[in-house]
Amino acid sequence: MQNASAINSAEYIEKPTNYLNNGYTIKSWLLTKDHKRIAIMYLIVVSIFFMMGGLYAATIRLELLTPQSDLLQTQTYNKVFTQHGILMIFFFLIPSIPAILGNFLIPIMIGAKDLAFPRINLLSWYLYMIGGMLTLWALMQGGVDTGWTFYAPYSTQFSNSYVMAVGLGIFINGFSSILTGLNFIVTCHTMRAPGMTWFRMPLFVWAHYATSLVMILGTPVIAITILLLAAERLARIGIFDPAIGGDPILFQHLFWFYSHPAVYIMILPGMGVISELISNFSRKKIFGYEFIAFSSIAIAVFGFLVWGHHMFVSGQSIYAGLVFSFLTMVVAVPSAIKMFNWTATLYKGSILFDTPMLYALGFLGLFLIGGLTGLFLGSMGLDVHLTDTYFVVAHFHYVMVGGQVIAYLGGIHYWWSKMTGKMYSEFWGKLSAMLVFVGFNLTFFPQFILGYQGMPRRYASYPEELQVLNIFSTAGASVLGVGLVMPVIYLTHSLIWGKDAPANPWMLPGLEWRIASPPPTENFETTPIVTWEAYDFSDENGLDMEEARRKNIVTV
Amino acid sequence: MQNTSWVPFFPEQASSFAWQIDALYFYLLAISAFFIVVIVAAIFYFGVRYRERERYTNGAEIHGSIALETFWSIIPFIISMTIFLGGAIVYYNQYRPPADAMEIYVVGKQWMWKAQHGSGQREINELHIPVGRQIKLTMTTEDVLHDFFIPAFRTKTDVVPGRYTTIWFEPTKPGKYRLYCAEYCGLNHSGMGGWVYVMEQRDFDNWLSGNVSGQTPVEAGRDLFENKLGCASCHQGNDQGRGPNLAGVAGKEVRLASGQTVVADDEYLRNSILNPTGQIVEGYQPIMPTFKGQVTEEQLVQLIAYIKSLGGNTTTGATTRTAATNSSTMTTGSAPVNGGAADSMTPPKADRGSAVNNQGSNPNAPETRSEPTNTNR
Repeated sequence: MQNASAINSAEYIEKPTNYLNNGYTIKSWLLTKDHKRIAIMYLIVVSIFFMMGGLYAATIRLELLTPQSDLLQTQTYNKVFTQHGILMIFFFLIPSIPAILGNFLIPIMIGAKDLAFPRINLLSWYLYMIGGMLTLWALMQGGVDTGWTFYAPYSTQFSNSYVMAVGLGIFINGFSSILTGLNFIVTCHTMRAPGMTWFRMPLFVWAHYATSLVMILGTPVIAITILLLAAERLARIGIFDPAIGGDPILFQHLFWFYSHPAVYIMILPGMGVISELISNFSRKKIFGYEFIAFSSIAIAVFGFLVWGHHMFVSGQSIYAGLVFSFLTMVVAVPSAIKMFNWTATLYKGSILFDTPMLYALGFLGLFLIGGLTGLFLGSMGLDVHLTDTYFVVAHFHYVMVGGQVIAYLGGIHYWWSKMTGKMYSEFWGKLSAMLVFVGFNLTFFPQFILGYQGMPRRYASYPEELQVLNIFSTAGASVLGVGLVMPVIYLTHSLIWGKDAPANPWMLPGLEWRIASPPPTENFETTPIVTWEAYDFSDENGLDMEEARRKNIVTV
Repeated sequence: MQNTSWVPFFPEQASSFAWQIDALYFYLLAISAFFIVVIVAAIFYFGVRYRERERYTNGAEIHGSIALETFWSIIPFIISMTIFLGGAIVYYNQYRPPADAMEIYVVGKQWMWKAQHGSGQREINELHIPVGRQIKLTMTTEDVLHDFFIPAFRTKTDVVPGRYTTIWFEPTKPGKYRLYCAEYCGLNHSGMGGWVYVMEQRDFDNWLSGNVSGQTPVEAGRDLFENKLGCASCHQGNDQGRGPNLAGVAGKEVRLASGQTVVADDEYLRNSILNPTGQIVEGYQPIMPTFKGQVTEEQLVQLIAYIKSLGGNTTTGATTRTAATNSSTMTTGSAPVNGGAADSMTPPKADRGSAVNNQGSNPNAPETRSEPTNTNR
């Protein structure tokens, strides 16, 4: 004993117990109630789903390199784009930021030891796994070809693919979402540390609060829709198929009543990450904190009232269309407010261009384009021409990839040192951030033009005159692919060979930077008492800035 | 399909309202360009001007500005309202078919488009139309959702099983334009397309006469009504039948047994054939059997065309005859839809023929026609 400690004493001193080295058995992970470990388990599985969805995307772009349907059979192509959508939306975009970063950081950011319901948090992960595995099983058996929208009556009466198995997977996964949302809301209400008032919470937490509202209120509707779809497909109860007395437009209403708010489930957490990055890397309080916080809530509320803008050409009443178009324009305003506030935050900052900030600035540019093209589609007369074309594909990729995925990557880089205790290579980080930005634009910008030219989405083959822009798009996708594979390599590399991370590499005021990297299992030895505002860089924020400046710790 | 536009990668502009959509598009592009330039320039300027010069120096303490927040809430709101209004006006124009448009029936089916002209011509995955005429398509599908999309006309509409949707346009330039299915419909979705041929009126007339095919929709519908389906045994064309007299019904208000009043449009007629007991006309028993599964979508379209021809508001020929015999029918104020289609194309053959036949099969029509109208009022 004496000998052992003598040999390893240096290591023991440097590596106190943290959530990662507190037990190495598989059981200590699979039965953990630690929100941080659950977040890491999500990170691993979500990354696998992201890579699978990415492979489908690569296949799609390769097929579309030529106008003919040659690389894949048409049937296969239909399954590939369907499965790309399902994996990316239900198993990557929706859980990504909330289940990984939110899970890891919300308790720490508000000074709590864990989420309000740690067991339910673990249950959420298992539900996600069961739903995900069931979906993967269905994909292995033969897949599904309905498009991720599952429009009836094709999905209920005509498709001969594994609609029900995938539907059940999404159904189960939905409960994971609901429980996570519930957990976050209760945590925000009951677990805040003394002094952590609502308006001292980081905007990341506000964004997750808004997201959780949507998860809880919206997800049950998709569950009901899937049950109705099952009733028609299995029992031939006429709900959506007019041949047996149903109404196909009803399906679209139910589907979009969830799936439009789901877009905000996907983007709001990303906005939360960006608020953190912009403010912290400008070393400055965010401009208009309350406006950003309430714009998240406004987006969540108004997001429930605009689903009909997906249906301007579906045969719904013209007056319903007018109302939905009007509300869509209204919901653009809170997004614009956020955009202006982020930009204004840079003013008179002290801006550091590390990898996370490059992602954040990339987000601003891409989300700007994604948001503005949303106005094109919300404008009814223009939507008639643009809907169901590649313009829509480009638009939602600008929001979902240019917005959410970029924010997710920025967040992963930003908190990587906190989550793993290791520093990644800043050089490779910056390079990949730039490749992702360039590759993304090259992939999706041509699709706006293709869309206005009239190329319909979900086409395995297309007219020859549209090939040039498709080649650009595929070329861009290969750059994007390289940019996305690189973080997998250098982040994994950093786990083993990376330098140990200091607790607060950028000297930032957030609570998560005031505990060790990686954090101890209990997060805080004693419950912190918060006396500073969010993003408080003043001298009263409790950080020893003089000491830091004197040592001038080199972070990279 | 050569492109005459001066903008690269820009679709041809070939319908009367295409310029409106393009104008809206360029308006939005200008707004987008403005905001992108302003915001990106600001980001670059701030990024260079306020880059970190010394480690851990902090930015200025600025909390926000109510004035600025108000400014950049109201400005985007006003701009978005102009976009909303512009879009709504253009949409309204696109979705109100003119009353006297030439009507063509379209049935979608996995994976083809079938069109039938008022004069009987049928075509698959092609649509021949005259330039400068307002054209209205009444569409449905035999199976799943489809979407009729002509980029050069800047318009599309979903084609929905179990109901009729309409789309209209006025082609302004002769040429050959792509037709797509824009709503995913299964295996060969990307193969479900074809061409729209916009022709000079003279060429179109030639095309019509060179493609004479059997019956007009009205004739085919009469055949179904009187012989194949036996509708006429109950709907006898007078009030003695077990079913209501259908002459003059189309486009009028009908009082139902439930006390409600509905307009007997295409949708109502279709439902009354497929689900007859759903909306019973006042004074009649719910005894009609359903014809669901017995008639195809195309036959339904033909039956409805025939029923409309009974009322005096289908073809000009029929209208003239009705007006001569019973002017009250003409003045009931219902929308004179579906006119003009057949008459200018092949006036002698299609219209007069059906008109004469109608008269022959419904000798009592002129006397009885006005009665349902009167009881309804």
